[in-house]
Amino acid sequence: MMSDAIVTPKKVWQRRDRKTQLAVWLAWLFGTAVFVYCFQLISERTIWAFVLDAPAQAADLGSRMVPPAWGYIHYLWWPIWDTLNIATLGTIISIVIAVPIAYCAARNTTPSVAFVRPVALFIIVASRSINSLIWALMLVTIVGPGVFAGIIAIGLRSIGFVAKLLYEAIEEIDESQVEAVRSTGASAAQTTVYGIVPQVMPAFAGISVFRWDINIRESTVLGLVGAGGIGLELNAAITQLYWTQVSLMLLVIIATVILSEWVSAKVRHAII
Amino acid sequence: MLRIKGLTKRYRTGDLALKSIDIDVPDGQVMALIGPSGAGKSTVIRCINRLVEPTAGTITLNDTEIVGLSSGNLRRMRRRMGMIFQEYALVERLSVMENVLSGRLGYVGFWQSWARKFPQSDIDEAFRLLARVGLDHMADKRADELSGGQRQRVGICRALIQNPELLLVDEPTASLDPKTSRQIMRLIKELCGERKLAAIINIHDVMLAQMFAERIVGLKLGEIVYDGPPDKLTPAVLTQIYGEEDWASTIRKADDDAEPVDDIAPVMPSIERDRLAGLT
Amino acid sequence: MRNLAVEHRRWKKPPAIKRAWLRWTLIVGAAVYLSLALGTTHVNWARVWEGLPRGIQFITAFLPPDFTSRWTEIVEGIAETLWMTVAATVVGIALSVPVGIGAARNIAPLPVYYFCRSILAVSRSFQEIILAIFFVKLFGFGPFAGFVTLSFATIGFYGKLLAEDIEDMDVSQAEAVRATGAGWLQWLNYGVQPQVMPRMIGLGLYRLDINFRESAVVGIVGGGGIGATLNTSFDRYEFDSAAAIILIIIAIVMAVEYSSGYLRRWVQ
Repeated sequence: MMSDAIVTPKKVWQRRDRKTQLAVWLAWLFGTAVFVYCFQLISERTIWAFVLDAPAQAADLGSRMVPPAWGYIHYLWWPIWDTLNIATLGTIISIVIAVPIAYCAARNTTPSVAFVRPVALFIIVASRSINSLIWALMLVTIVGPGVFAGIIAIGLRSIGFVAKLLYEAIEEIDESQVEAVRSTGASAAQTTVYGIVPQVMPAFAGISVFRWDINIRESTVLGLVGAGGIGLELNAAITQLYWTQVSLMLLVIIATVILSEWVSAKVRHAII
Repeated sequence: MLRIKGLTKRYRTGDLALKSIDIDVPDGQVMALIGPSGAGKSTVIRCINRLVEPTAGTITLNDTEIVGLSSGNLRRMRRRMGMIFQEYALVERLSVMENVLSGRLGYVGFWQSWARKFPQSDIDEAFRLLARVGLDHMADKRADELSGGQRQRVGICRALIQNPELLLVDEPTASLDPKTSRQIMRLIKELCGERKLAAIINIHDVMLAQMFAERIVGLKLGEIVYDGPPDKLTPAVLTQIYGEEDWASTIRKADDDAEPVDDIAPVMPSIERDRLAGLT
Repeated sequence: MRNLAVEHRRWKKPPAIKRAWLRWTLIVGAAVYLSLALGTTHVNWARVWEGLPRGIQFITAFLPPDFTSRWTEIVEGIAETLWMTVAATVVGIALSVPVGIGAARNIAPLPVYYFCRSILAVSRSFQEIILAIFFVKLFGFGPFAGFVTLSFATIGFYGKLLAEDIEDMDVSQAEAVRATGAGWLQWLNYGVQPQVMPRMIGLGLYRLDINFRESAVVGIVGGGGIGATLNTSFDRYEFDSAAAIILIIIAIVMAVEYSSGYLRRWVQ
């Protein structure tokens, strides 16, 4: 009785105040509504009978894929070598082009903020937004199918990635080190080599290796549109329904990807 | 002899950092520039080697006008002035030797410096300077492996290898513990004495300024409010420079040096980690 | 005498790789690889030369691009792509939360850990396109296959980063919550979630961005969306329509990237 009387003006604790609470609720409501709407539209265009049948299909497909056609591996060495070359040469090309672009895009090194920088940024965005498969699609119609189209596609796609990360690294350097080199009477080129390059070198090496790793993964599929590498074989095997060969190629792709990831992690670790 | 006349600097933001400063620094004089943050100390120094462009005024070093030099002539001018920085400003991923030799960049061509092929005379001088500051055994260490005091010594070598006529020193002790601060100030003073070198030292530590400088200039809001010998720096003058405070304890010399804190652990910022993970 | 020796100490920049044998192996290895790679890459220069006019034709197609003649297909494709992106991001993240928690070594029991890690490994090893080919086989042509593909790919990306974030968290905070006698779910909610939430929200928005880019290509193998329209226009050599589609993709990627960056800053 007594204690009841004493505590009466109860303090209510709420995690958020009313306004934030309302905002959070509305955000959830809106998000859910958007999601449900999107899903509905997708489901309208889906033949659900196929979807329901999918587990059976998957089981069927799975049974046709084992055992992998191990003997076929001898036909794959050459495509694997091509895939590796597409990724590596493409990465090298992209690095060569990306370095000057990054230099022009970084606010602190660009020759002109008003004219050069926007152009460099546009090149970066354009290259990044277009998937390497789309680049490959274009290049195959232009330069013809083959490894060359793949190399150029990987190169063009990677320019944006490398240049973006690199120019961000350049913008984050310690300006005082650059100022110190400049104050010795060094020329602009010398200031770049002594003040900027050493500071961005680790980031640069890390970015390059990281992109190479991604490119290995991407170059495995370029063949689907005719741009060379193991994807070409994969596409052929799928269209001809040689499922045991398909499963072998999938295993090969996994192995390549894991290997390249391991190499890239090792190298990046050594740099840092 | 350095002669500054009517030096004025207005930043693009509209702030008037310096209001017509006049200073003459004769050869061999070690001058300390004191004043609160934002008084324009750093701007004065950076105007002299034109890391900051002065708005008006003239600066002459041994009869060469600095303001208005073309970029080629400015480079040759900068060779004649050594600069020592607050956070050392060593290029951290270069070796100690490369950092010292970078002081000769104004004298060698691009490809020569790119290949690190400096003349043997420069290398001899670099080793001699490193030996003078007690670091010649560290020549091939990377700069970021050094402690704060050691880094500042390398910074001093980089400035001196330019064979300068003037030393510009920007807050040399701001990142150092009290004991190392004194060692560095003593070293700068000794080296200036050996080479009959004039120096302008920005410093916020009034006590150190009094101990090591022959002349003190007090700056407040871009104007000179004191110019004279260290022993005339009375509480009244300090109040005028810095504002009201009990100055008696600052002027009396304190001798309670703390132990040197000489280890710096390089920490990789998380942004770097994220970037290498490709996430930013 | 000694002094004289000191006077002319030579100095050379120490090599970046200290062990000489390793340095030379790397240099020679790189040279051999490059010459082999360049030597075995077959380029049909005649075909490339032949294609150059077509390349120029393609570039000129950008001025001006043709938005009108395939407008309805383009709108349809873009809309489908956007639905796929949103739905797949939501479902993918929802599914990756349990997988990610299961793949964190510091809170999951070992069998669960291995199971979840293997899901992540499979999802991450295959390019979205390869996944899409199989899902198209299973679910038939159309956006549903693309949706499943992107959801699955999202699990690999998001689950792995979530697991790593949980493994990196501050143990003492989580321990303090456990010390109050909280149950396992309460512990997750109070001890773990607040630590990983801010970064994960940011990564979710980032993944939305990636999913849009990827969804533009799953259409090439039949997974619905703008990719199918683009593929058709290339097949028919309708470069001006293709240019229009590419410009639209670039614009949307920029818009998504900009707004997701803005949202990320707002949330954090």
